[in-house]
Amino acid sequence: MSKENAAYRDVNENPCNMCMPMGAILPFKGVEKAMVIMHGSQGCATYMRRHIAEHFNEPIDVASSSMNEKDTVHGGEPNLKKGLANIIKLYQPAVIGVLTTCLAETIGEDIDRIAGKFLRENGLDLPIVTVPTPGYGGRHTEGYFLAMKKIVESLARPTEGHGKINVLVPHLSPADLREIKRILHLMDIEYTLFPDFSDTLDRPFEKPYKKIPDGGTRLADIAAMPGAIATIEIGVTLDERSSAGHYLAEKFGVPLHQVPIPTGLEFTDGFLKLLQQLTGRDIPASLVMERGRLLDCMIDAHKYNFQGRSVIFGEPDQVYAHSQFCMENGIYPVVAATGSKNDKLAALLSELFTDCPHEAAILTQTDFARIRAVSANGAANIAIGHSDGRYLEEREGIPLVRVGFPIHDRVGGQRLLSVGYAGTTMFLDRITNTLLEHKYRNYRQSMYDQFYQDTENCRSECAEGRGDENELYCS
Amino acid sequence: MRDTERLEAAIEERKDSIQTKGKQKQQLKCDTNSVAGCVSQRACVYCGARVVLNPVTDAIHLVHGPIGCASYTWDIRGSLTSGSDLYRFSFSTDLQEMDVIFGGEKKLARAIDGLVEKYQPKLIFVYSTCIVGVIGDDLEAVCKAAARRHGIEVIPVQSSGFIGNKSAGYRAACDALLKLIKPAENEQISKNNTINYLGDFNLAGEVWIIKDYLQRMGLALNVAFTGDSNYETLKTATKASLNIVQCAGSMIYLANQMKEIYDIPYHNVSFLGLEDTSDSLRRIARTYNDLEIMRRTEELIKAETAAVAPLLARYREKLRGKKAAIYVGGGFKAISLIKQFREIGIDVVMIGTQTGRQEEYDTINDLVDDGTVILDDANPSELERFMVEKGAHLLVGGVKERPLAYKLGIAFIDHNHDRKHPLSGYVGAVNFAQEVYSTVCSPVWKYTGEGGGLDEQRKCCLS
Repeated sequence: MSKENAAYRDVNENPCNMCMPMGAILPFKGVEKAMVIMHGSQGCATYMRRHIAEHFNEPIDVASSSMNEKDTVHGGEPNLKKGLANIIKLYQPAVIGVLTTCLAETIGEDIDRIAGKFLRENGLDLPIVTVPTPGYGGRHTEGYFLAMKKIVESLARPTEGHGKINVLVPHLSPADLREIKRILHLMDIEYTLFPDFSDTLDRPFEKPYKKIPDGGTRLADIAAMPGAIATIEIGVTLDERSSAGHYLAEKFGVPLHQVPIPTGLEFTDGFLKLLQQLTGRDIPASLVMERGRLLDCMIDAHKYNFQGRSVIFGEPDQVYAHSQFCMENGIYPVVAATGSKNDKLAALLSELFTDCPHEAAILTQTDFARIRAVSANGAANIAIGHSDGRYLEEREGIPLVRVGFPIHDRVGGQRLLSVGYAGTTMFLDRITNTLLEHKYRNYRQSMYDQFYQDTENCRSECAEGRGDENELYCS
Repeated sequence: MRDTERLEAAIEERKDSIQTKGKQKQQLKCDTNSVAGCVSQRACVYCGARVVLNPVTDAIHLVHGPIGCASYTWDIRGSLTSGSDLYRFSFSTDLQEMDVIFGGEKKLARAIDGLVEKYQPKLIFVYSTCIVGVIGDDLEAVCKAAARRHGIEVIPVQSSGFIGNKSAGYRAACDALLKLIKPAENEQISKNNTINYLGDFNLAGEVWIIKDYLQRMGLALNVAFTGDSNYETLKTATKASLNIVQCAGSMIYLANQMKEIYDIPYHNVSFLGLEDTSDSLRRIARTYNDLEIMRRTEELIKAETAAVAPLLARYREKLRGKKAAIYVGGGFKAISLIKQFREIGIDVVMIGTQTGRQEEYDTINDLVDDGTVILDDANPSELERFMVEKGAHLLVGGVKERPLAYKLGIAFIDHNHDRKHPLSGYVGAVNFAQEVYSTVCSPVWKYTGEGGGLDEQRKCCLS
C-alpha cells in the first residue's frame, strides 16, 4: 500500500473538501432554536447556504455581518453587533452561533469580546457560542467538530448524574441520525444525541412555515451532558483538541468511548456491543434479525461484490467506515482519499488494508485531479463518495455511488441511509446493483470483443501475418 | 401602507428598499450594502466576477485564496462549450495559515508555472479573494511577471469579497475582459460588420440559439461575452461594429467602455419571452438600415411566432389568473419576466432583485400593476411574508430560494445559472411556459393546500 500526503502543494485542482466555517454551520442546525451569523463578507454566508440548501433541499438561513471595505479597515464590531440585533428581531433564536471567516480572522476581530459587549449593552441573557473558523484554518470536517466542541464548552454545566448516554455524531445524513436514534430506542436507552439535525435538515412538509424548524438537541440536554454515565463519540479520526467528548471527559470526568461510524457489519457490531456494555441492555431480537438479513445480503451478493475495485473519498471518518465496509465485502479499495489533513486516518487505513490483495493508495490532503489519476491507473470500477466525485464517472467511466456531502446533482442527499445493520444492507444493495448495472450494460459487448472471431475477417488478418497470437485463435 | 408596517417595525433600515406600487412616492432604495444580520440572498464580489468570466472555455480560472471560494464555484453552472472544457475545472492556490502569515505571492507564481506546464493555456484569470486583499499580495505584479515568463496572458481579477457587492464583481470581470481584448500597441483594428453579444453565458446553448437567429437575419455573431467564448474569439472583439447587451447588470459597464474606447455602439436587448425577443431582433435589424435584413428579420419573427403561438395559447388557457413572485439576480431578467408572464396570462404580485439598478426599478414600477410589492436585496423572511400575503402561486428564483418556495407549498421556476434547458428566444419562451405549467399544475399541490398541516395529514390518514 502506498501513502501519500501532499502536505504542501501549489495548486488544488478540483477540491475534495470545503472550508472550515461551512462545516461549523451544521452542528448549529442540529441545536434547538439556534441561528448562525458569519462574521465577514456577505458572500461566504450565501455560498455556504446555497451549498447546504442544495444538498438537503431545505431553506438554510445563515446571517452575515456583511462587512465592506470600510469595516475591514476600521473593524467590524458595529456590523457584528447590528447583525446580532437584527437576527434576534427576525428569528428570536434561543442560542446564536458566531462563526468567523478568513476576513474576520485575518484582520484580528475578537468575536468573544464583541459578543460579550453586545450582550452587556443590551442587557440580554442569551447564549452566544463563538467559533473561530478561518477558511484557511482547516477543512469543513474540522469546522464541524470544532463547532460541536465550542457548543458543549459554552452550554454544558455541572450536573448530577442522570443515567443518560451522550451520543456525539459526526457529519452523517438526517436519515442516519434517525437510524441511530431508532437503535437506541429499540435498546431502551436514554440518550442525548448531539447534534441532532434529523428533523431540522429533513423536515416534513407542514404549515405554517417556521423560520427556525422544530427539533434539534435541546439546550437543557446539552447543559446536562456532564451528568451522563458515558459519552459515545462517533468518530475516531478527529483531533483531541476539537473533541467535545474529550472536553466532557477532562472537565467533568464523563468516560469517553470513541467508535467508528457504525456502517458495515463489524463497526455496527462494535457500536451495539458498546451500548450493551455501557447499559447492560440486551440486543433486541429485532436487531438480531436485521443483522442476519445483512449477513444474508452479503452472502447473496458476495461474488458480484468481489469484482468491485473501489475508490472511496470524503470526510475522514466516512472514508474509514466505508473502507472497512468495502473490505468486509471484498470490494477491495484501490484508493481511499480525503481532502483533510489526517494522520490518524492514514494510520488506521494502513492497518485495515493489510488484508487487501492489491495495492491500495491512501491519499490525504488531496484533490480530485490526484484521486482521478490514481483511480484510473488502478483500474477502479466503482466510486463511493459525494457528488464532487462526478468526474470519475463523467471522465473515467467509473460509476459513482453517492453518499456523504454534498449531493447536489441528485435529490435525496438528506435521506441517504448507510448506518446500522438495516442501513448497511440498503447501502450495500446500492453498491452491488451499481456494479451489476455496469456489468449488464457492458458484458455483451465486452465478451464479443474478447472472444468472437469473424472467420472471414480473421483469416484475412491472419493472412497479413499478425503473429502467433492471431494464428492461435484462428486455427 | 399596511403592507410594510410590520416590516418597518422589524428592521428599520430595510423599509426604504420595499415598496408597494401605487402607495409610495419616493424612489426605491437600491445599490447599497446589505444590512448586517438580515440574511441577504446576495453573494460577493468574487462570485460576480466568477459568474461573468467562468464561461471563457479555454482559460484557466485560478482562485488565489482559501479552498472554499474555489470549492463552492466548481462547475455549478450550466454554460456549454463547443470547444475546450478547461473552464469546468476548479483551480485554487488553497492558501493555508502559513501562506496567510508569510504572504501568498510565491505560491501563486509557482501555481501558475505548474498550470502552464500541465495545460499550456493561452489565458489565465487569477481571482483575488478576501484574504488576498487583506494580506496585500501584489496580484498585478505576480501576474505581470508570469505573463512575461510564459508569453501568455495572465490577467488579475480584483474580486476581493469585501470591496463591494456582486455588482463590483461584474465590474472587476469587465475590467479583466477589457485588458484581454485590448489590441497590441501597433495593431490596426480593421472593423467588420459583425456583432458582439454581451451578457449571455450560453446556459443550455442560449448563445447558439441567438447566433442562429442573427445568421438567418443575414448578420454574423462575432463573439459572445462570455458564453462559449475563448481566447482567440475574445481577441477579435474590437473588430465588431455593434454590441448588443442582454444582461445589462453585468455588462453595461463593458458596453460603455467599448463604446468610448473602440467606438462600438450598443443596444440593450433581451431574448426572454416573445415580445422582448421580437423587439430586440427588430431593433438590431434597424441599426443596419438594410431592407433585406429587415425583410429577413420579419420573416424570421413571423415564422417563429407562428410556430410557438398555438403552444403558448394552450399553456395560457391552463395558467390564466395565476399569480407569480419574482426574485432574481439582475434587473433585465426581472423586467423581461413581467412581460413573459403576461404572455401566458399570469400577473406578477411580488418582484425583487439582488442587484437591480435604479433605472431598472423605475421600469419595473412602470410595468407592474398597483399593489405589487417591489423589493431590493430581500431576505427569506421578506420573501416568505410577501409571497404568502400576496397569494403567489409560484416563485421564480435561484437555488437558495427554491426550498423556501416548496416549503411554503408554492411552485418554483429555476431561472438561474445551473438550469439545463434554454429560456432564450422562441424556443425558450415555450420551455418557460412548459416549466411554469409543469410546476404550477403538478398534482402534488392537491395534497398541500389548506390540508397541508400535520393535523389535517393525520385526519387524512385516519379517514
